[in-house]
Amino acid sequence: MSEIIKKNLSEIIDLIKKKEIKSEELANLYIDKINKSKKLNSYITTCFEHTIKKSKEFDEKPNFNSLLPGVPLAVKDLFCTNGFKTTAGSKMLENFIPKYESTVTENLWKEGAILLGKLNCDEYAMGSSNETSYFGNVINPIAKDTVPGGSSGGSASALVADLTPATIGTDTGGSIRQPASFTGTVGLKPTYGLCSRWGIVAFASSLDQAGPMTKSVKDCSIMLEAMAGFDNKDSTSIEKKKENYSKNLKTDIKGLKIGIPKEYRVENMPKEIDELWNKGKSILKDLGADIIDISLPHTKYALPTYYIVAPAEASSNLARYDGVKYGYRSSKGNDLIEMYENTRSEGFGDEVKRRILIGTYVLSSGYYDAYYLKAQKVRQLIKKDFDENFGKVDAILTPSTPSSAFKIGEKTNDPISMYLNDIFTVPVNLAGLPAISVPAGLDKKGYPLGLQLIGKTLDEQNILNVAYAFEKNCNFKNEIKNWWL
Amino acid sequence: MSKDKFEYFIKGEKNKYEVIIGLEVHAQVSSNSKLFSGSATKFGAEPNSQVSLIDSAFPGMLPVINKECINQAIRTGLGLNAKINNNSVFDRKNYFYADLPQGYQISQYKNPIVGEGKVLLDMPYGSKEIGIERLHLEQDAGKSIHDMDPSSTYVDLNRSGIALMEIVSKPDLRSPEEVNAYIKKLRTIMRYLGTCDGNMQEGSLRADVNVSVRKVGDKNFGTRCEIKNVNSIKFMQMAIEYEAKRQVELLDEGKKIEQETRLFDTKKNETRSMRSKEDAHDYRYFPDPDLLPLKIEQKLIDDLKKNLPELPDNKKERFMSDYELNSYEANVLVSEKEISNYYEEVAKLSDKKLAATWMMGDLFAMLNDKGLNISKSPISAKNFAELVQSIKSGEISGRIAKEVFELMVESGDNPKKIIKSKGMKQLSDPKELEKIINEILTKNKDKVDQYKSGKEKLFGFFVGQVMKQSGGKANPQLTNDILKKLLKG
Repeated sequence: MSEIIKKNLSEIIDLIKKKEIKSEELANLYIDKINKSKKLNSYITTCFEHTIKKSKEFDEKPNFNSLLPGVPLAVKDLFCTNGFKTTAGSKMLENFIPKYESTVTENLWKEGAILLGKLNCDEYAMGSSNETSYFGNVINPIAKDTVPGGSSGGSASALVADLTPATIGTDTGGSIRQPASFTGTVGLKPTYGLCSRWGIVAFASSLDQAGPMTKSVKDCSIMLEAMAGFDNKDSTSIEKKKENYSKNLKTDIKGLKIGIPKEYRVENMPKEIDELWNKGKSILKDLGADIIDISLPHTKYALPTYYIVAPAEASSNLARYDGVKYGYRSSKGNDLIEMYENTRSEGFGDEVKRRILIGTYVLSSGYYDAYYLKAQKVRQLIKKDFDENFGKVDAILTPSTPSSAFKIGEKTNDPISMYLNDIFTVPVNLAGLPAISVPAGLDKKGYPLGLQLIGKTLDEQNILNVAYAFEKNCNFKNEIKNWWL
Repeated sequence: MSKDKFEYFIKGEKNKYEVIIGLEVHAQVSSNSKLFSGSATKFGAEPNSQVSLIDSAFPGMLPVINKECINQAIRTGLGLNAKINNNSVFDRKNYFYADLPQGYQISQYKNPIVGEGKVLLDMPYGSKEIGIERLHLEQDAGKSIHDMDPSSTYVDLNRSGIALMEIVSKPDLRSPEEVNAYIKKLRTIMRYLGTCDGNMQEGSLRADVNVSVRKVGDKNFGTRCEIKNVNSIKFMQMAIEYEAKRQVELLDEGKKIEQETRLFDTKKNETRSMRSKEDAHDYRYFPDPDLLPLKIEQKLIDDLKKNLPELPDNKKERFMSDYELNSYEANVLVSEKEISNYYEEVAKLSDKKLAATWMMGDLFAMLNDKGLNISKSPISAKNFAELVQSIKSGEISGRIAKEVFELMVESGDNPKKIIKSKGMKQLSDPKELEKIINEILTKNKDKVDQYKSGKEKLFGFFVGQVMKQSGGKANPQLTNDILKKLLKG
């Protein structure tokens, strides 16, 4: 097996630019390993003919000035890709082929990247273990009986198994950062509005945000630079100048104030997580940062708030999957209502149905004020907590997840314990802030664990810098044994 | 028809009832593209030819507000003397239907773009103010076609996503006549503003009609029923009459009115229950997270206000003072922008009062007869003004003018040309007239004697003879004067 595909994205880009490897050769290396790694179930769709054709085109007329010159990439199957199946991990869209390209993936192709395939994910991004996918669960390459996290589980698994040099996911409540933490990789959820949502299958519109998943912080900065940007097709897109995250990356974080929120020390949190958090603090302190204790008093309401807001929006966003226009349609039923009922009963999985039910309930007349409206108010308080503290600190350090990767099937019958996995990540989505998960160490089973850095609105550069400095001084090493080959 | 007292009451067997009506008018915004997508909005296009990925709710598609629709709603709000809200919110109204691709309609619920306003109606019994509760923007749905195939329903999404203004009145209307006047007034205002073409045949203007009744003298409103989606003024009036009578009968029998949604069956001329309050949809309204709250700068409102055209109420006042028209004439002449423009052009070139009389008489009758809009009139405003002037100056009589008018309709020619070529000019030379009259008096000496001995009815006979002799061209006033003078002598 070639050593090249084990490398980071930035190193691979260097090899291409130095003409030490051609795009087509690189593509073939990935294709070869993808073909041998079906056990992981990280890909739903591959499009190798397209990959080879495009890489040949690149090699004939290479443009080395782009950010991702001739780099083959796979993306989460929530991004609509023109001419290639986009399933959102659901039976409902099993055979759906969009005739349009999401803005974010379009941005990647404009920077020279080439589509390798579409990566498995929880159905409509609803899940924390990639076990709700209609196309089967994904295996975490770190150990064959563990989940890769979710919902961008296929992305994390493929990345750490060297089946793509970098990838993109979406993060509604932790769907990038939690799988990154579970696989020892880097995952960033940008400020809400930094990356366009146009062409991404919607889960919860006010929370959804696309972001990069990579093997290093530098890779992360390159990918973010490539995918971000104002888009007038998305009304919530932020109008601002493009930033040069990779060029401006630096390790000097002297004098930066890092907040440590006491509310994130939750009950029954494993000792290992606490130790990891302390390790993070001391590394940053050694690099010259000031560690400051802070309080985010409404943190404990974040998870219940999230599980009202997200399902409410989802219940409405998923109404369009009704069997009328595209996607799955049940053959049973005597009238329109029965067709709807059968289509949606057969086309959606249990977790999606559960969230549609919750969402429909919290928006119902008589319950709206008690649930949805109250949740919106709490959401404002959570945002205010962050705003107030960002006067005092430049970034906030927390664990990414309350545990390392758990076993397949361990939590599938216990939705609450599954939802608790997002406890450290959801406040960030509710507040619309950027946050990055960086690998920080291994637990005693040898499974990776990540730390999360939360930044101010549009302060991606800053958290990338802190993460970059941290990464350089943490000496994290991911041990992937390629046991599935 | 003209009544100077309001008297629309329904008499039941026991009591006399007053009818309370409120309207929710759905007016299609005049704009080239839809409310949240770039698709075209032309009427009558091939089914599903004006549908974008957004209108058909493909995965990942997002709405982007069309600024022109916002401007149109603001203009309409200003035309209704209403408060424009600087902050408003788009909400999702959730329900399932085959012609609703998103599974929700984007509408405005708690925070509409336009707040309270008012509309003035001119009724035969005086002017009446109708309160406007609100105006909000929303998407139209597509169209389900059930009769093309026995076993399937077809869906046309051309209308899906088209911008509608829902204009909600207060329950201030009291009769079908007031509803008629209200809808026409709304339509006139919107046509003046260019914000809605008001074409009811094409579905640009439809209404949900809320009807309740109460005993005359009662202070509280009765239970109302909503009649959905009525698309002509005539049907609205018929539906109200039927519905009010139905409710009165129930009440007189001691029964209760159930709050419900009803449909008007235009073939049977009756309303019937569609769904009761218990079956009412729970629309689960919530703010659309794909759209930011709509902020409207005061400057935009001020700019739009500055560039607003003269509105019918103002124009009416001006017509009354500038052209010395009475309220009725002014009302008719401002009822459509094109009519008022035509009138003003004519009035500038001719006698303003006579122009009004002739326009509202012969011109309107002819247009009505031919089913023509004034903009398609075979007589140009300039030619019409010349005709009016020819009457005013005494060049032709009113009777001849009618003939000239007919010839103008046929040929589109200038009236001067017609009068000249056909020799229709009025005989107004007193000497010439005196000569004719003297001849007639000489010829009919016996009748002159009878007249002089008191049979004054014979005056008409002499006038008739003069007209006959002059081929109808004798100036009638002058003829009268000379006849009287000579018969005295």
